[in-house]
Amino acid sequence: MSQRQLLTGNAAAAWGARLADVDYIPAFPITPQTEIIELLAQWVANGLMPARFTTMDSEHSMLTAAGAAAATGARVFTATSSQGLLYGFEVLYTIAGWRVPLVLVNVSRALASPISLEADHNDILSARDSGFLQIHAETCQEVLDSILMAYRLAEDQNVMLPVLVNLDGFTLSFTREPVVVPTVAEVAEFLPAYQPRHAFLRGDQPMAQGTAVLGGSLYSYFRYQQHRAQQHALAVHDVVAEEFAARFGRRYDVVDPFQLDDADYVLVMSNAMATKGRAAVECWRSQGKKVGLLRLRLLRPFPTHAIATALTGRKAVAVIDQNLAPGLGGITYQEIVTALYHEKTRPPVVSIIGGLGGKDISDAEFEVALSDMEHAAAGEAVAGPRLLYTKAEQERMRTLLKIAGKEVAI
Amino acid sequence: MTTPTSPEFEAIKSLKQINREEFILPGTAICGGCGGLEALRLAAKVIGPKVVYVNAAGCFTLLATFPYTPFKGSWLYTSMASAAAGAQGVRDALDVLIARGKLSDSEDIDVVVVAGDGSTYDMALSSTSGAIFRGLNFWYFCYDNESYGNTGMQMSSATPYGVRTQTTPVGEKARAGTEHGKKDLFEIWRAHRPAYLATVSPRFPIDLTNKFLEAKQLRGPKLFIAHAPCPTGWLYEPELTADYARSAVETGMFALKKAIDGVVTHTYVPRRKISVEEYLRGQGRYRHLFEPTRNDEAIQKIQAQVDRYWAEVHETTGAAR
Repeated sequence: MSQRQLLTGNAAAAWGARLADVDYIPAFPITPQTEIIELLAQWVANGLMPARFTTMDSEHSMLTAAGAAAATGARVFTATSSQGLLYGFEVLYTIAGWRVPLVLVNVSRALASPISLEADHNDILSARDSGFLQIHAETCQEVLDSILMAYRLAEDQNVMLPVLVNLDGFTLSFTREPVVVPTVAEVAEFLPAYQPRHAFLRGDQPMAQGTAVLGGSLYSYFRYQQHRAQQHALAVHDVVAEEFAARFGRRYDVVDPFQLDDADYVLVMSNAMATKGRAAVECWRSQGKKVGLLRLRLLRPFPTHAIATALTGRKAVAVIDQNLAPGLGGITYQEIVTALYHEKTRPPVVSIIGGLGGKDISDAEFEVALSDMEHAAAGEAVAGPRLLYTKAEQERMRTLLKIAGKEVAI
Repeated sequence: MTTPTSPEFEAIKSLKQINREEFILPGTAICGGCGGLEALRLAAKVIGPKVVYVNAAGCFTLLATFPYTPFKGSWLYTSMASAAAGAQGVRDALDVLIARGKLSDSEDIDVVVVAGDGSTYDMALSSTSGAIFRGLNFWYFCYDNESYGNTGMQMSSATPYGVRTQTTPVGEKARAGTEHGKKDLFEIWRAHRPAYLATVSPRFPIDLTNKFLEAKQLRGPKLFIAHAPCPTGWLYEPELTADYARSAVETGMFALKKAIDGVVTHTYVPRRKISVEEYLRGQGRYRHLFEPTRNDEAIQKIQAQVDRYWAEVHETTGAAR
């Protein structure tokens, strides 16, 4: 019987790895991810998991070991966060190029400098072109479920790519929610043991992996193969989501619509902050305002068609990016706008930056998002990206700057 | 503490006893006269075909270029900084797959890192330290051509004093070229107390073969620094590789030694003292020490370093000079 437990996002991630019956966990601590590897280390120590757990000397080594173990034929799980993801960055591309399946959980945390601890998505989105698939989770339940789905996706013969599963640091990693933990037997039926057919290392069948290529023609072929595999993953995701829903009663599509059917205005958000977006939508609905929310879940492959279908015909859309590409704006905004470009009835789309480094998005700031959408719908030009910051935050910053000896106008 | 004894193995005494079978086949993109490849070829004769070579970026990355490989065993290119971490992943995976009954014992393989000195001495120092610290059961083969060779002979921390490289050029204000001395990787590694640690030379095949045979008896980190004379970077004719490999050892510039659980033994002590000039002369990378004017100060400094090294060896071992 599956069990309901009160789990943090991190514990849910650890449970995902445990239920996936992984063979190998190379690890390296970093806040706010550390609880995941601590739990796994304890379970391995207690004999509750037959996996091998190795503490590595850096994330660069950790990811290399993870990829190499997957290339040997093991089912591999690992986790990191923020600076750790960037420290191991080149290896992300390497693993994807090896075409080996593994699951890497990233617990989002803002990037230095300034060094900080709380969530935003510049870390995970920096890996958007690495060849990894990306699933972004909103709840603790979704973290666990997404890891199970991620192995199915990664190990599919038509995909054979690693998957990043993202959850937000602090707001989700350290928040306890009721989570249905399925049984080992239930999961084993959904996710049978990994049978490596393409990449493995064995004495009786020598294989050269990760070999160099000379010339752009060979290189392009293998890069195009990665793109093709990502495209295949969209269809595979539908099959996996269908089967997951049938077995476990919880359905996760590539995007997650909320109050969208008759919505004139749509907020586009991702990860845990989307929960606050839902609350804002419910508040507006109670006032008779037709606002909905589209939560981005599968970021790679990018579900262009699903997004275009969900957003065309609306009066206006506001993309709230919890990330910032300085000099450009919001990262997902660019991708949403691209998805809509070829649609005849594309809505105006406003760009909003909020929640950087764990900054809250207040009710008043959600009101600004709606007001921007209304102005845009009325045909007014709305300059973007809008950088959310409240008066109270501004006052506090003024005080802190004064203490730091900087009297500047902000 | 008890002095660890050499593991039991049948040492060879003549070249005829070296395995005739080849495990690295000819026809690669590696330069003619590569001393490193000759050393690896000899090592492979001991390690055998059930092996995966885990490679770091360097000259030898060009050994396996799609769709070709010269190896009878497997190959995995990783990155420049983390080949030993790749070896950890492979070894751990093999161990857990065997423990869980997903792989049979007979399908097990040896894991061998193959990396140059640029990777080994510099970028990969910490990831290799991690693997040795964890007691990883693996081989590490460093082909040491004393430079970033694959990028065209730039200074690495394995470049000896007095060598001209592309990034330590000779000029009015830098008469010696490289001012730093070679990093003592052997001692850094020895501080980790690996199961087996040795230097080898391709011109001393019996010594090399016996070291690999001896290490084969042991579990844990088995680490090798192979002197890799490099005609392309050191600027001499390829057919002279064997001569330079020999004179490096005979002049005392490159010491053949091993350390089992940290205890050092010199496996070849040059008998009569030959001037380092025998080794330096003729190599383009040292030409500025002789032409257009002789740099006696630099040559004497190199000689003094060698003399001091061997004096210390003789002091600690009590061996005759």
